[in-house]
Amino acid sequence: MDSYDTPELTPRQDASSRLKDFFIGATPLQKRLESVRKQTSFIPTPQRRKIPQGSQLQEDVDPQKFAFLLHKQWTLYSLTPLYKFSYTNFKEYSKLLNAFIAAEKQKGLAVEVGDDFNIKVIFSILMGVKGTQRDPEAFLVQILSESQLPSEHKEEKVLWTGWFCCVFGDSLLETVSEDFTCLPLFLANGAETNTAIIGTWFQKTFDCYFRPLAINAFNLSWMAAMWTACKMDHYMATTELLWSVPCRPHSLDISYAIHPEDAKALWDSVHKTPGEVTQEEVDLFMDCLYSHFHRHFRIHLSATRLVRVSTSVASAHTDGKIKILCPKYLIGVLVYLTELAIFQIE
Amino acid sequence: MSSQKKVNSWARKRTSQGSSSYQTRLSASRVKEDLNDSKSISKRGQNNTVEDYEGADDQAEDALQIALRYFEKGPIKTSQSKEKHLKTVENVAWKNGLAPEGIDILLSVALSGKFGSAVNTRIFKCMIPVTLISEDSVVKAVSWLCAGKCSGSTKVLFYRWLVAMFDFIDHKEQINLLYGFFFASLQDDALCPYVCHLLYLLTKKENVKPFRVRKLLDLQAKMGMQPHLQALLSLYKFFVPTLISVSLPMRKKIYFKNSENLWKTALLALRSRNQGFPSEPLKLMLANVHPIKRNWNSHSVIPVLNSCNYSKESRKKRMNLSDYFSSNGSFPLEQLKSFPQLLQNIHCLELPSQMGAVLNSSLLLHYINCVRDESVLLRLYHWLSQTLQEECIWYKVNNYDRGKEFANFLDTILRAECFLQEGFYSCEAFLYKSLPLWDGLCCRSQFLQLVSWIPFSSFSDVKPLLFDHLSRLFFTSSIFFKCSVLHCLKELLQNWLLWLSMEIHVKSVRNSPLETTLGGSMNSVSELIYYVGWLSTTAVRLESNHTFLLHFILDFYEKVCDIYINYNLPLVVVFPPGVFYPALLSLDSSILNQLCYIMDRYHKNLTAAKKNEFVHKTKSEFSFSSKTYQEFNQYLTAMVGCLWTSRPFQKGLSIDPEILGNASVAEYKKSLNLVHHPAFLSYTVSFLLQECPEEKKVNMSSIRGKKWNGYLDYLFSEGFHGLKNFIRSSIHRSSVP
Repeated sequence: MDSYDTPELTPRQDASSRLKDFFIGATPLQKRLESVRKQTSFIPTPQRRKIPQGSQLQEDVDPQKFAFLLHKQWTLYSLTPLYKFSYTNFKEYSKLLNAFIAAEKQKGLAVEVGDDFNIKVIFSILMGVKGTQRDPEAFLVQILSESQLPSEHKEEKVLWTGWFCCVFGDSLLETVSEDFTCLPLFLANGAETNTAIIGTWFQKTFDCYFRPLAINAFNLSWMAAMWTACKMDHYMATTELLWSVPCRPHSLDISYAIHPEDAKALWDSVHKTPGEVTQEEVDLFMDCLYSHFHRHFRIHLSATRLVRVSTSVASAHTDGKIKILCPKYLIGVLVYLTELAIFQIE
Repeated sequence: MSSQKKVNSWARKRTSQGSSSYQTRLSASRVKEDLNDSKSISKRGQNNTVEDYEGADDQAEDALQIALRYFEKGPIKTSQSKEKHLKTVENVAWKNGLAPEGIDILLSVALSGKFGSAVNTRIFKCMIPVTLISEDSVVKAVSWLCAGKCSGSTKVLFYRWLVAMFDFIDHKEQINLLYGFFFASLQDDALCPYVCHLLYLLTKKENVKPFRVRKLLDLQAKMGMQPHLQALLSLYKFFVPTLISVSLPMRKKIYFKNSENLWKTALLALRSRNQGFPSEPLKLMLANVHPIKRNWNSHSVIPVLNSCNYSKESRKKRMNLSDYFSSNGSFPLEQLKSFPQLLQNIHCLELPSQMGAVLNSSLLLHYINCVRDESVLLRLYHWLSQTLQEECIWYKVNNYDRGKEFANFLDTILRAECFLQEGFYSCEAFLYKSLPLWDGLCCRSQFLQLVSWIPFSSFSDVKPLLFDHLSRLFFTSSIFFKCSVLHCLKELLQNWLLWLSMEIHVKSVRNSPLETTLGGSMNSVSELIYYVGWLSTTAVRLESNHTFLLHFILDFYEKVCDIYINYNLPLVVVFPPGVFYPALLSLDSSILNQLCYIMDRYHKNLTAAKKNEFVHKTKSEFSFSSKTYQEFNQYLTAMVGCLWTSRPFQKGLSIDPEILGNASVAEYKKSLNLVHHPAFLSYTVSFLLQECPEEKKVNMSSIRGKKWNGYLDYLFSEGFHGLKNFIRSSIHRSSVP
């Protein structure tokens, strides 16, 4: 920390326009503050949301292309807009990130000149993972290890995968200037140490900030309702909700598994507005589950904490872990996650 | 036993003579004493040698001394005290670390085999330096290894400790002289990996000798391709490539198992301590308890100042020779050292890759202050608001143990805001989110200062987000908290006024049509003042006219009453009756004096405003309503009536004379004048005693006419300048009662 008592006078910004800007709310910063104010003063989340529709991917995109994003556990992060990020520089980014990873991993070890670290970094665009035309393209970063075997047996193993996306991120897009790329949702799969190294590189290179994105019980119950509401051709998994009771020495978990068709039937009985889910319906849906449980076990689940929701569409944990199961609703799940991520960075 | 003693004292002598690192910790006189008399070593134990590094808890220090002395003497057959002393040492070590001399003693104890290996293990685990370890202690320890008193496992532990602490040894020249000894220890299979690691750290080019290479290759032939041997060999090969012809695998492996992990958390704290960051007391942590973020960015919250490395790389590639000669080259941040440099290069400054770094650089804060590039501010905004939320100890649960770190971070931000004389928007946004969750205790002073730096904005917009939450805390907290809040609101008002007075000045020069917005901003300020008036009125009642509280309230109004003259802003807001009357009837003379001062300033401000109106003739938009004047005149009348003319509360006060009679204050009219006012009673008495010191009974009513003037002069001489100004400006002295 250098001292602040430098005698020079600070040149003040020409303030003529500031007062005016202030009241008009013209600068991007003002817009940001405005949106934070709105968000804080009113009810934090919208009262109603759309039920995820079938595949919302653009027509020319093959959903099978994203099969590798499914059935994997992703750790969620929110990410502030990337500064001076360019989709045309992927090659260079790969090289730089590769070097950065090598340098980080070798910390404390002898560094030999010209030693290859046997990893490969690939940046690629996830074409079509977006909600509107305004949403920037999602992109994928993969770390592969190259085996030492002779080239004919060369095998590449995926060590780490991470992807950045923005699905219906309009509210964020409005508040930043063109130097920034808004991809508020980041999902990572692989060793935590790798996530840390790669995240650090992104933070250093694009002046952004990663924060783990936890999902609170309120949002989990929204997920439970919205995903139950999704139309499915066939159900792949039971609907399961997990509550946690904080008690010593070990916390007590209560698992509540429901046949997905029963869950859907319950949902249909509380659901009124077509195509939408409302806060009231979510509350009612959860209350029904609570009272059913109470009738059988005399336990008030509402007094405990919802920590995990798994359905055939996806499963989510309060720690900020998600697994998407149904390709049809990939985008639908991402819409809500993007919303949560944007909420966190505002 | 005798030989052991000899070694011991020899080593001690060396320690006391040779070491320079910790002498600085000792007071100069004691160093002298130690140097002159090496026998005083035995005394040193009693003399509080392990200096109290922070001057903090002496008791723990004393306990540590006793513990160290106990270990030095060797085991006594009472295991209870052994456990107690071990605990003492462990506690101090994990909390603050041990001074070089403490480590010196413990190292000898652990390696001399006086205690069992269980005790030795515990001793090693807690041998954490405050900052540094003396080289001589290590040399002495090696001499103990030669004495062969300790078990194999203790030796292993010693080497592991040495490797972990390697960076904290003050010098390494003498240790390097022992290279041969360490090298010979490679023979021991159990020690080999750790000795390899130590040698890896210790080896210089001149240590690489053909016979050592041969020995290493022999060992490798015997034990197979061991990673630790490979590490040493590749280092040798790096230094002297001609000596080693065998090919070493190119594939990088992790050479050494992380042998320092026993002390990992301790080392982290140690490093931050050495870098000048105050550290939290350590906890023995087996699992990684810290939130994920900790692993991401080393120690400090604020990023290091680096110019944009990526853009530099890419530019280098594209730049051709002519670019180097052109004047457009950018100025790297690392070279920015002075203000003139900043001025010269302000057009081509390379900005930091992470904008958060500007918080630590006053020069770049200058830059931020005048930059027009909105993206710079946005980058700072995002970084700061996310970091604040992530670091905030009450925003997320279980974060409370990092309070000090968060407070330091807030201090840094506040320094920057104070330097810029402007608040950050991200801090305001952070307040919206965190104030409703705040307990009013955590980082109170920092948090309230953040409030006082809220950028000027429409009060009614901010009120539901901030001030409603603040008033809830205000009413339910202690008087001290109330005063702190009032103080911070005073600062807030001042910051807003300064900002606005500057804006208006600029406006009048440029003649831009901002009249209406100026009206809006004046509204916002007056709403803030009304809000504080409301808080004050209620607080005065809640705390039953507490003098301390009244001081803070009147401090606020000292700012308020002078807005028109001091800041040249068209605003005068008079205080509410709930503040005025308790102050007028206060039992404390300084409160009354302060009130007089404020009334005088109000008087001057209102007069100046009226005068201006007459001069400009035209009714400007900001003429004050007659209500303001009426309010003020009412207060003025009440005050003059009480203090001077002894005709208090002529209007509006109607109490049944019978009640007054019952309370035996039928003759109340005089009882609030300058002589009889409870706040001045002691002055009246001492004034009268001054005149006739022998008098047993004083007649207060005797102060009138000429004596009244004498009494006034006496009061003025006692420092009641507020009163003096008030009487001068508001009372015509001819009307002496």
